[in-house]
Amino acid sequence: MPTPPAGTTIAAATSRGRFDPREVRGRFPLLTAKRERPLVYLDSAATSQKPESVLAAMDDYYRRYNANIHRGIYAIAEEATAAYEDARARLARFIGAPWREVIFTRNSTESINLVAYAWGRANLQRGDAVVLTVMEHHSNLVPWHILAAERGIELRFIPVTDSGELELEALPGLLADGRVRLVGVVHISNVLGTVNPVEEIARQARAAGALTLVDASQSVPHMPVDVKALGCDFLALTGHKMLGPTGIGALWGRRELLEAMPPFLGGGEMICEVKLEGSKWNELPWKFEAGTMAIAEAVGLRAAVAFCEELGMEQVFEHDRELARYALERMSEVPGLRILGPHAEKRGGVVAFELGEVHPHDVATVLDHRGIAVRAGHHCAMPLHDRLGVHASARASFHCYSVREDVDALVEGLHHARKVFD
Amino acid sequence: MGEWDELYRENILDHYKHPRCRGTLEHPDITYEDANPLCGDQLRIDIALKGGKIEQIRHSGHGCSISQAAASMLCERMEGRALEEVKALTREDVLELLGIELGPVRLKCALLALKTLKAGAYGITQWPGEEETA
Repeated sequence: MPTPPAGTTIAAATSRGRFDPREVRGRFPLLTAKRERPLVYLDSAATSQKPESVLAAMDDYYRRYNANIHRGIYAIAEEATAAYEDARARLARFIGAPWREVIFTRNSTESINLVAYAWGRANLQRGDAVVLTVMEHHSNLVPWHILAAERGIELRFIPVTDSGELELEALPGLLADGRVRLVGVVHISNVLGTVNPVEEIARQARAAGALTLVDASQSVPHMPVDVKALGCDFLALTGHKMLGPTGIGALWGRRELLEAMPPFLGGGEMICEVKLEGSKWNELPWKFEAGTMAIAEAVGLRAAVAFCEELGMEQVFEHDRELARYALERMSEVPGLRILGPHAEKRGGVVAFELGEVHPHDVATVLDHRGIAVRAGHHCAMPLHDRLGVHASARASFHCYSVREDVDALVEGLHHARKVFD
Repeated sequence: MGEWDELYRENILDHYKHPRCRGTLEHPDITYEDANPLCGDQLRIDIALKGGKIEQIRHSGHGCSISQAAASMLCERMEGRALEEVKALTREDVLELLGIELGPVRLKCALLALKTLKAGAYGITQWPGEEETA
């Protein structure tokens, strides 16, 4: 079985100055490309842009050492295998986990489905309960709906306050009867930007004998995340929101849990021995990686992790939050604009809003005509919008390449949208 | 102001701000409700018939300017016409009424009214379905 090579050295994260977002921006070909009207990209919570180094790494793989992994014993196959496993090792180190506990998937959604199917089917039965929150993305709701219908388990929900925070006082009551086996919680809300107190939730869950699954889709790309510090049991992340390519994500799980779980998908690579009557599973993490994986994407993700480490995640988070503070301040100048979610201290780089009676789709279209890309709709969080009493919202979100001028253009565009629809 | 002319023609904004046939009917012969799951837009259409003709038609719900204007324009056009004519309406008819070209996402907004109206006219079980993609 191939063992990941020791991670190549990268300067350890030390205290350092903040990066210059203008310089960073210059390393993203899509953002610097000449176009009729400059692009103001404010939809990084949907997907981030990709730096040159990520594109080059994927291109280099395809041009120079494209081969299937874990199979060929020729030079380029070994190089591909080493690169794929090094990507895992780098990503694992990035979230403070041992490499063996990191399983590559397509995205967070697949990671959560893996837990629901493989762990859920083996461990949940009628009478058991799963606690989720009202601010979950559909990806951390629907897999549990499917399981609930199949297994007759009960779903309970941590409510959300008017200001868009979790009502943590409700958790002890939800856990009290000892029937809860798992608590699933989003780390940073993709709509409100709320940073949830995952450590405290995991602590209470553990005390009640339940596991904790963290949807880290919006946190790993924007802040330092250490799975041991969080105290959770599973963590789902996706590559394309953290400057990497689409089609690759990961699930981290505590080893003893993963060892005890049956496979998710059956096929090549995930077995150790196959006879016609049955098969023996491969060891971790390959037990959960059936079929040819997204090799080029893993190589791209490795470059993305290196890029993030170079910037420093503390610095990325501070940059995002500073822009969010600036956006909240500037957007409050727009008459009739209502911000959804908590005040600046409790949020990351996401700002969802309503513009009076103007429908979010219309806001987004007017902005699009000015080269400004924002998201409009329910952002795959319909229950949260129901809770907040809105049908849909518009959302601006940032990453390391976002600058104040992006926010200024947005604010100007919002004033214009009001004029059009007034 | 030229930039939004392309999409937000005065005609669309006029129907959006001053919708025709807006409301509900107390005793409709046909009521049908549909939603666009992508953006949460909802639309209900009520129709009162007399001798196979649409005597009164009303729309209610909420949505963006494109979906609301399309509902207003379609209802205005169909009031007084034979129900059979609703069944013959096409996507092109709606786009002609709106007078704009739309990308695949906003096209769904434009076609919600058509979908709702036709599903109501056919009765959902007999409705052959509307082609939504460009």
